[in-house]
Amino acid sequence: MKIHIKNGHVVDPFNGIDRIADVFIAAGRIAAVGYEPAGFQANSVIDANGLVVCPGLVDLAARLREPGFEYKATLDSEMAAAAAGGVTSLACPPDTDPPLDEPGLVQMLKYRARHPNFAHVFPIGALTVKLAGERLTEMAELAEAGCVAFGQANTAVLDTQVLLRAFQYAATFDFPVWLQAQDPYLARAGVAHDGEVAARLGLTGIPVAAETVALATILQLARETGARVHINRISSRIGLEMIVSARAAGIAATCDVGVHYLHLCENDVGYFDPHARLDPPLRAQSDRDALRQGLADGSIDALCSDHAPVDDDVKQVPFAEAEPGATGLELLLPLTLKWASEMKLPLSRALPRITSDAARILGVPAGTLSVGSAADICVFDPQATLRISRETLKSQGKNTPFIGYELAGRVRYTLIDGHLAYDGSWD
Amino acid sequence: MNSARNPQLNRDGGLQHLLTIEGLPREVITAILDTAAPFTEVAEREVKKLPLLRGKSVFNLFFENSTRTRTTFEIAAKRLSADVINLNINTSSTTKGETLLDTVDNLAAMQADMFVVRHASSGAPYLIAQHLAATGRDHIRVINAGDGRHAHPTQGLLDMYTIRHYKKDFTNLTVAIVGDILHSRVARSQIHALTTLGVPEVRVIGPKTLLPTDVERLGVRVFNDMRSGLRGVDVVMMLRLQNERMNGALLPSTQEFFKYYGLTLDKLELAKPDAIVMHPGPMNRGVEIDSAVADGPHAVILPQVTFGIAVRMAVMSMLARS
Repeated sequence: MKIHIKNGHVVDPFNGIDRIADVFIAAGRIAAVGYEPAGFQANSVIDANGLVVCPGLVDLAARLREPGFEYKATLDSEMAAAAAGGVTSLACPPDTDPPLDEPGLVQMLKYRARHPNFAHVFPIGALTVKLAGERLTEMAELAEAGCVAFGQANTAVLDTQVLLRAFQYAATFDFPVWLQAQDPYLARAGVAHDGEVAARLGLTGIPVAAETVALATILQLARETGARVHINRISSRIGLEMIVSARAAGIAATCDVGVHYLHLCENDVGYFDPHARLDPPLRAQSDRDALRQGLADGSIDALCSDHAPVDDDVKQVPFAEAEPGATGLELLLPLTLKWASEMKLPLSRALPRITSDAARILGVPAGTLSVGSAADICVFDPQATLRISRETLKSQGKNTPFIGYELAGRVRYTLIDGHLAYDGSWD
Repeated sequence: MNSARNPQLNRDGGLQHLLTIEGLPREVITAILDTAAPFTEVAEREVKKLPLLRGKSVFNLFFENSTRTRTTFEIAAKRLSADVINLNINTSSTTKGETLLDTVDNLAAMQADMFVVRHASSGAPYLIAQHLAATGRDHIRVINAGDGRHAHPTQGLLDMYTIRHYKKDFTNLTVAIVGDILHSRVARSQIHALTTLGVPEVRVIGPKTLLPTDVERLGVRVFNDMRSGLRGVDVVMMLRLQNERMNGALLPSTQEFFKYYGLTLDKLELAKPDAIVMHPGPMNRGVEIDSAVADGPHAVILPQVTFGIAVRMAVMSMLARS
């Protein structure tokens, strides 16, 4: 199968390409960008006139809910959402049921995800058995089964000695450790940022110290062990400052931020909107501003959808009882574009955060249009807008604080390994 | 997103539900207090009934135990000739059954006209009001009778009625709210009511473990020392300290709390000579308030209860009319 994508505005930041050019695909790989290879006979031509052609998006946190939570979402529904969102590679956290702590589970997930329309799945293995924070998992075996890193999803390892050992063991094989920084004691019973809005609404607060105290532990153990750590979903300005100074001190630490945290803050809880119940909590406006800036200047390495589809039953309850999480795969691109336009960043500076930078964190060859690499491509219309509604979302999770928003950036085509996985050209 | 519109006001800015005092215009609060005034006399008549809610069904929907508040709502509704149905719904986590909205749907199907809701979760009455609006049943009125730590608007209003009764004017008062502000829905409603009615200085007094982060953003002055906080105040509003807060990481002991934050006669002497002392009840004598104060000449705690019925009658009749 040979595909010719013509007249598109190619933005491939990794290779410094930002111009109108044609892309040629053969045998599932990028054959050429900008010139037609000799004797190229396209089986199919995609007219990308007026559209942006960029590497398929790489999402560092997308819960597929399989195995165990099929009533929330299934591989089929979430992979349809990924393709519709232009996401061609994704990392899934280990918080399935059972958690991804055994090679057999990882193999099964990889096997089930093998479908031409499905994004490449990179499982994050559990760092400890059952995510319980007591015993180490068989990390090397899990890596052979397909895990690219090890983490605890949204749970913490309480016992700092276990955490130290986990870092040492991961460092033995140079496996990255991915952790969310939140001290479970300081966050206990908390449902919102410990600030003015929580005070007003009478919600139990989660102080910024829940993040910074956990970060201090993680960063110091990383220093001690030389483990490569990646902090998921940083939420506060002070937390970000800690990571920046740790990095300056030679600690191998990277971090990402969830797309909600760039656009929303504690005020968006409004009148107890359960859609704004997220983990970590939406923090103060000053935190949001620092995260927006940090992502722009590279202090934050990557942006993720933090896709967490939840069913309606657990959202149509009082705020504090609602399950945290929001659907995100289909919003990653438009919300990235919204951030870029508000920060006055060109696509060439914004898109790396959801393509090549994210792929670098994952340690996989994705997020570029380099000749010879897999033809994972997103073709989108940067001007076309979409009003987000339950009906437009392909994810089984219909809950997002952005319902009703009109957002620019509609995916027209998604190609995975040179296969047309999504065709939104008629929408 | 929730709509930016305050869900308790209708499109014309009128009162549709009573969910919180925050954001209520001063005129609305004053109208409620004015409406309540003649109702205080009804209780002194031989026939204590008015026909304002005749034929209406009021459901007292209590997901959290309460005797006092439920009783006063019941009396208020009955004096307005409503049919009152009391439901005490146990929602301990071990007996998870029907969801909150399923319960609401079932009761709405029984032709309820008004829900009086108490719930342990902040915001639960909002969820109910939004659900009724989303399902085209917003003719059913919702009154928040206390939700989690968030609001207890009728308590806040009856407190304002009491202050107005004794002090006449709000705009020259200094008011102190003392005790467990962090967990108190009463305190939050009082703060919003007092600031809206133009009280120039609202103080909160308590140890740092019992004050919410950023509480000063609600427009109050924070005091950790009770003696300096009480100096020159016109009104002292005491709060109940829940048993479960007393021994643990929030407070070391009842004795120490009483010594530093309990209202005693000698501490009360720092307030103005004509200061009034209020308490939402039920009181913990010897924990937050000394009996000598509770039973003394400054206390207006029992009139608060009496006024509470009139204020709840006012709220119910206004909502039924709107």
